[in-house]
Amino acid sequence: MSTLRALARAQAVAAGVAQPVATVRHLHVAQRPLVLVPLAMAGEAHAPLAALVGTAPDDARLLIVPQPRNRDQRFRFVTELAGIVLPWLDDFRGVAEAVAVDRGRDVRYRYSDAPQLWVPNPAGITFLRLLGRSTRFRRPDGDYPVHPAVPLLGRWLTFFAERAEQPGSSALLAMTDALTLHWATGQSAVEDLHLPALLGWIDPPAGSTGVEVAARAEDPAVCPPAGPATDPEFDNAALAPAMASWAAADDDPAARDEAYAELVGLLRGQLAPTWELMWRGLGLLGALPPGARVAGRWAGDRDAFTSYAEHLDADGGPQPRHDGAVAAAVRLHRLERAATSYAVQRAYDDPLVMAEHRLTGEAFVGDVTLADPARVDDSGKRPVLRPRIQVVTTEAVRVPVGATLWSTARPGQKAKVVFVTPAADGRTEVVLELSGGMGRGLTAPPGTVPQVGERLCLTTLSEAFLPAGAFPTADETPWTHGGPPLTDPSSGLSSVVG
Amino acid sequence: MTSTARRLAAIRGDAPPKRHNARTIAALTGNPGCARRAVLDGAGVDKSALAQRVGFPARFGQSRFAITRGNAFEAQVKADGGAELLRLVATRLGVPVPQRASWTDLGGADDLPDRRERSRAALTATGPDAALFDHPLLGLDVAGQRVHLEPDLVAARLGGRFHVVEIKSFPVIDGQADPAKVSAAAVQSAVYVLALRELLAAEGRDPESVSHEVVLVCPRDFANQPVASLIDVRKQLLVLRRQLDRMARLDDLLTAVPAGFTADPAAEPATLTAALRTVPARYAPDCLAGCELAYFCRDEARGQTGALGRPVREALGGIAEVTEVLALATGERAADPEREEAAALLRAAARLRADALAGHHA
Repeated sequence: MSTLRALARAQAVAAGVAQPVATVRHLHVAQRPLVLVPLAMAGEAHAPLAALVGTAPDDARLLIVPQPRNRDQRFRFVTELAGIVLPWLDDFRGVAEAVAVDRGRDVRYRYSDAPQLWVPNPAGITFLRLLGRSTRFRRPDGDYPVHPAVPLLGRWLTFFAERAEQPGSSALLAMTDALTLHWATGQSAVEDLHLPALLGWIDPPAGSTGVEVAARAEDPAVCPPAGPATDPEFDNAALAPAMASWAAADDDPAARDEAYAELVGLLRGQLAPTWELMWRGLGLLGALPPGARVAGRWAGDRDAFTSYAEHLDADGGPQPRHDGAVAAAVRLHRLERAATSYAVQRAYDDPLVMAEHRLTGEAFVGDVTLADPARVDDSGKRPVLRPRIQVVTTEAVRVPVGATLWSTARPGQKAKVVFVTPAADGRTEVVLELSGGMGRGLTAPPGTVPQVGERLCLTTLSEAFLPAGAFPTADETPWTHGGPPLTDPSSGLSSVVG
Repeated sequence: MTSTARRLAAIRGDAPPKRHNARTIAALTGNPGCARRAVLDGAGVDKSALAQRVGFPARFGQSRFAITRGNAFEAQVKADGGAELLRLVATRLGVPVPQRASWTDLGGADDLPDRRERSRAALTATGPDAALFDHPLLGLDVAGQRVHLEPDLVAARLGGRFHVVEIKSFPVIDGQADPAKVSAAAVQSAVYVLALRELLAAEGRDPESVSHEVVLVCPRDFANQPVASLIDVRKQLLVLRRQLDRMARLDDLLTAVPAGFTADPAAEPATLTAALRTVPARYAPDCLAGCELAYFCRDEARGQTGALGRPVREALGGIAEVTEVLALATGERAADPEREEAAALLRAAARLRADALAGHHA
């Protein structure tokens, strides 16, 4: 928790309404997202109970499982869900665009748009991950055959859950995460996981404060939980009797229909309020202007979607239960690079995020007071253009001489710190030597060197390309990491818990 | 009756002390710095009724689906005199699966002294054979009172060592389980390990013959097939011992409690509210998950930075009041010397926030 964000929480307490912690939107909001609000049966190992799913506020499809302990019914639910999700995924495979690769020597294609999935909270993402895990290895043949759509949906859900782990991806998002990325409430992070309370803070109805709405939202009788866990009172008082009457009406079609309608009504009643909140949340996020680098990250999601769709077209197998040593290292490396680049990109896109870095001394803002744009360093073998500028700042400068800084206005240009001199009234003068981003000649094109009077934000955060690490192939896994993995997938089951 | 016990009885009111179980003892380790909780739990106050009475009812319902499933899984694992359970436990511990093992059910509706004696006798009797003990009755001293624990657990004696076996119905999927549930199970198991060790020590036996590694039996993946895992509970044991020691010194805490303090749920709500405020709580958002009185304490802590979570409070320089944070941030209030550093940070943060929100930036 940065001090800046903590202060925003304190301000939210005083104001009675959430305070912004971002000035732009840091995630992509799709034109036609699929919203999925799942409910799971208490006590069971991720047995689906119901879901509201659809791509528009007035297009909610309700799927229910009258008896979640029944395996056939669970797979019927998954088949129905696949009937909604898979055609929706296919709709994104119409138009592709060419992307130059290998410095323009080749092209590859990626879909112009990609699917985006929304669930209410992080537990919803876990639910989809495990639903994917429980279905992706199923087979349409053999002892317990399932509908062919079941394993396919399982692979896609696993794909989405894996994307959700990657910082900056907008393929599968939890509404509570998306909202707390942009607003700070006057309650704790634990309480922010409750979507009705969170939205109550961000967008309270006229005449009430966030505290009041959040307090009301905590009563599950007034405001059902946003799932996947159900309210125990609802389970005991309403759901269990309704399930029992459905089961009891086994051979009486009329009674069974009636009991089914009762279940539908009950579960819709639990899901509908969350459904409304999801679209309200999407509306709030959609109203924010997108950050400049959001489209670039979304292109990464489109790449991932394209390549996974191609993997499935080529009869690619399901994702393994466990990564081997090399695959795990590669994944970790990819996630770390994504996390670093996402943090930097958010700071470059959003002065309010950059302010967090300014507070910790990783960035400062100052005015250019001197500039020598024509300076040439001829001490080396051949002369090079190395303009110098002097920036005066009122902020504390905690970077050492010799450090390299970047300016948000010119991310491609390095600025090496040459002198740091304290000046009058707590100001600091910083002399910087610039390189890069000025063409190849010995004269800097206009605009490439900051001019006197320009205000700059200089930071140690670099947008420079992070090269991918080199890893051995799976068959060359070193013995220190267990050697090449065994081919038997069941032997990799670990027994370590927690 | 000692003076402390009389004092605690007066705090509690007419009701008999609320019975502890492993779950409530485990919950004690949650917020060890909270004096209010230590006093109320030490006195055995019915905190649920108390919270209801002061207008902040707790929400700790349990779904009957979860209860049914838990019972069914436990029955399945314990079936056939524990043959399957024995195999699972022995395999996980890496010892040869014994040809046979005795199964002693120490449960039943008998009176407590008799059951206690039966448990004591059965668990301390030496025997070379593997043995499983179901529903043993154990005891622990909590705040000077003997608390009986009637665990659903099984104590397994294999190769001369005892292992606590805890059967839980949450799934272990691809070798991983919900971390929150695993850690809750670990603390509960630690309570049993401690009780079992005390029982052996009281009989002059080596308490270390109860292993600090407990066996957790859960359904594997999405089916009902049980799988056993080992959890090392040494850390939980340390925390638990420290908290129980602290509660044993309840006298110290009680000296700070006003003489007329009552937490009797039968008293007037206004009296109770006023009384509770005289014993300081240390509310943290984590309390919501474990303490019946949490909603009351949260309401009381409104306006405190700690109610927003410990990381928030730390990021705000440890300043307790939200109003003070804001006053320091705007510069309305000058900070005393030891808070000057925190105040400077807050002022800088407030200025940066205001600038960025107003669009005055680079």
